[in-house]
Amino acid sequence: MKKELRLTVNGQPYELYINPKTLLVEALRDHLGLTGTKRGCNCSSCGACTVILNGMAVKSCSILALQADGEEILSIEGLANGTELHPLQKAFLDHGAFQCGFCTPGMLMSATALLDENPKPTKEQMKEGIDGNICRCTGYNSIIRAITAVVKGEYKEEK
Amino acid sequence: MSKYSVIGTRVHRVDGPEKVTGSAKYTFDMVLPNMLYGKILRSPHPHAKILNIDTSQAEKLIGVKAVVTGKDTLGRKQGIWRRFPELCDEEILCRDKVRYIGDPVAAVAAIDEYTAEEALDLIEVEYEPLPAVFDPLEAIKEDAPQIHEGVELNINVTRHIEWGDVDEAFKKCDHIREDQFKCSSQAHMCMETHDAVASFDYNGKLTVWTSTQSSYFIQRLLADMLDLREGDIRVIKPPTGGGFGSKFELDSAQFCASVLSMKLCKPVKIVLSREEEFTATKRRTPMYYYLKLGAKKDGTLLAKEVRVITEGGAYTGMGATALYLTGFFSSFPYKYPNYRYDGYRVYTNTAPTSAMRGFGAPQSTFVGESQLDMMAEELGIDPIEIRRKNGMTPNYEVPGQAYIQSCGLHQCLDKIEEHIKQRGKLPPNHGIGIAAYGFMSGGIFNWFDTPYAFSAALVRINIDGKVDLFTGACEIGQGSDTTLSMICAEELGIRLEDIRIHSGDTGICPADLGAWGSRETLMNGNAVKMAAADAKRQLMEFAAAKLGANIVYDMDIKDRWIHLVDRPERGVSYFDIVKEAIRGKDGEVIIGRGHYTPHHKGMISPAYSFGLQAAEVEVDPETGKYKLINVTTAHESGTVINPVGIEGQLEGAIMMAGGYGFCEDQPMDEGKILNPSIADYKLIRSLDMPETKILEIDTYEPEGPFGAKEAGEGLTNPTAGAIGNAVYKAVGVRINNLPITPEKVLRALKEKQKQGKKIK
Repeated sequence: MKKELRLTVNGQPYELYINPKTLLVEALRDHLGLTGTKRGCNCSSCGACTVILNGMAVKSCSILALQADGEEILSIEGLANGTELHPLQKAFLDHGAFQCGFCTPGMLMSATALLDENPKPTKEQMKEGIDGNICRCTGYNSIIRAITAVVKGEYKEEK
Repeated sequence: MSKYSVIGTRVHRVDGPEKVTGSAKYTFDMVLPNMLYGKILRSPHPHAKILNIDTSQAEKLIGVKAVVTGKDTLGRKQGIWRRFPELCDEEILCRDKVRYIGDPVAAVAAIDEYTAEEALDLIEVEYEPLPAVFDPLEAIKEDAPQIHEGVELNINVTRHIEWGDVDEAFKKCDHIREDQFKCSSQAHMCMETHDAVASFDYNGKLTVWTSTQSSYFIQRLLADMLDLREGDIRVIKPPTGGGFGSKFELDSAQFCASVLSMKLCKPVKIVLSREEEFTATKRRTPMYYYLKLGAKKDGTLLAKEVRVITEGGAYTGMGATALYLTGFFSSFPYKYPNYRYDGYRVYTNTAPTSAMRGFGAPQSTFVGESQLDMMAEELGIDPIEIRRKNGMTPNYEVPGQAYIQSCGLHQCLDKIEEHIKQRGKLPPNHGIGIAAYGFMSGGIFNWFDTPYAFSAALVRINIDGKVDLFTGACEIGQGSDTTLSMICAEELGIRLEDIRIHSGDTGICPADLGAWGSRETLMNGNAVKMAAADAKRQLMEFAAAKLGANIVYDMDIKDRWIHLVDRPERGVSYFDIVKEAIRGKDGEVIIGRGHYTPHHKGMISPAYSFGLQAAEVEVDPETGKYKLINVTTAHESGTVINPVGIEGQLEGAIMMAGGYGFCEDQPMDEGKILNPSIADYKLIRSLDMPETKILEIDTYEPEGPFGAKEAGEGLTNPTAGAIGNAVYKAVGVRINNLPITPEKVLRALKEKQKQGKKIK
């Protein structure tokens, strides 16, 4: 029995008919084709599926799509402003804050939510902000350097 | 000013923009028209005969399109050591017998994953459980169950390495230590699990998109298993979410998707679940180590004897290489005049063990560096000093084994000594431990039996000066696309943005063995440099004619300007010459070819990197818990091609190798891995990650492109050993079995306390 779901993703409203068991990550990836959001574990432990739901970073494998009915979601595809990259995306490029890139969308969403909530986090707060996201390649420190550069305002002029 | 204009500069990764915007399309993201979804049924038994498989109920389920078992295959066995048929022992879809919990027995293709999964429950497999054995020390006994027919005592591979006269040398030693260690397993834990989309068409051509470290290996192994011609199989590697040694053998996703697709002539996608990834893909090899080390009073190391028994798991995979390399690297990075190694790889009814970043060297470095610190303490010699006294130097020959040209180990020792001095007196319960290491830049092994050069590349210069670089090298996150593009741009004297790389697609790229053994920078780098030089030479012929200069002048290209080296102002634009050259060649585009296979470089590798790492820990003696405070590494990898890439490799290696020392483990009960989820598999997250510092040492490797050598796996070798030595320095307890968990530290502290009281 399918149910109706209304979602706004990256500013675009969508109407879907989905199986109530569908997870938010499945709605995004399989129904809307927004494959930037990844899945790494299905038990909300790896953070690869992180998106921003009403301003909060959430793991989209841990909630049903219907729980997000009527809500606003920001996924990695909506982070850049057109072709203009978000400061965090620029900083990730400059600091080599990713390698295989599979965790990167989730990592960027967690970092974005962190800075949206607290534009001047301490280093410890930055580490806490991404502690739910596993990166098997970088060792995290380049990610912290990238976030730090944004916090210091190094990308402000360009914004 | 650097003599280079591209290499050594801080650049964005060439695959960067697609990766930070979520637009990179991994195999995991792929959807093709008419595509079906596959799932694999796996054995719940560690060792059992398959009596019957009834797939009829599964086939009747609406939405199921095909069910296959071993009977639908040619019944061949495969393995990556293709030259040795007895080591090709894996059917993938088992026909008669399963050998570990997770061995595949059937696969289903259905309209969606849910249906495929439901169908798995409807497959009836009748097993006759057999006695199983899980520990190699048990499996090697006379009365142990036999896991592979005809393999006595379950001994899969043995390796012997020897030079000098070890027994005589021990007689001359003032101090001899004998120690035993155990190294644990480790999961690669790639963020993208193993996956594949296989599409067989009515023309008899198979295309496989897959997350792999070697498109060529997968192409060749599929050809063997499916009885197709190599040229009828195209393997394409989209962006790949990590490898770390887990993705260059033929895996169950690739094979089952291909078998299903060939049956249906439709694309089939299989993505392994995280649980399958933990339980049914290969893992780091656990090892039992016995070490005997002999030294003179002054700290000169005279002899070393090493015996290793490794837990092979159910199949060979790359385990034979891990067995050899742990033996070779047990001598590293020291000049032992007398050395003997005997290694035994033993089959067990556990998930197969194989290659993982460092290939047996993280194990040998942990045990060797722990024992060396114990020896230094016994002799009353500083740990740095004993390494200085015995450490390898440039142009050293490991007797009968290997030639080491560049080696910056002694500069690394100086730098770390300085770092420790600067740190000054440490707070209570802090300790700094060191570990020295070295690693190879690709192996000189051809057990795969490739008829091709180890590496190859092709450069095509188009009319507008844009260059297409084709290489079979595989970008898996380590940065090879960027590094190879930089080498190409540097050699051609143009900019990084002038290069477009096409890699890891067997349909368009020359064969290359792929990304393992830290081989891409040196081996593929040499092939790319040669291809670029070939293309450049063709341009130079036209440029020389155009400039009309005296033939004694040397010419070069820098930043798109072709000029006389001694009179840089006399030149011509690269773009103009490209146009003229193509016109002059009757419209033929300029193609440069390059290849590389090492020769005259011993038996192991054409070049070796070296380094020394210092780890600082703070131990809480009440709980045994400890924090990784700082890891500082003095590292030399020849000329640094891509500095951002090296930083990433180094810091990432500390996360992985630190995890190996600190917390990562795969405990088992009767062959069942007990923590097959990320919630239960503990690894280093951002809050546990120590500060990292890199002290780069300048060396030049004559065999490498622009003097470069490896910077990938070697960095995984030292950290567990450095942590072990640091914990000892901090609280005086030595843990001889990995990982060094708080429980083990606390137990050892209590034991030490008890012993102390007894002495009083």
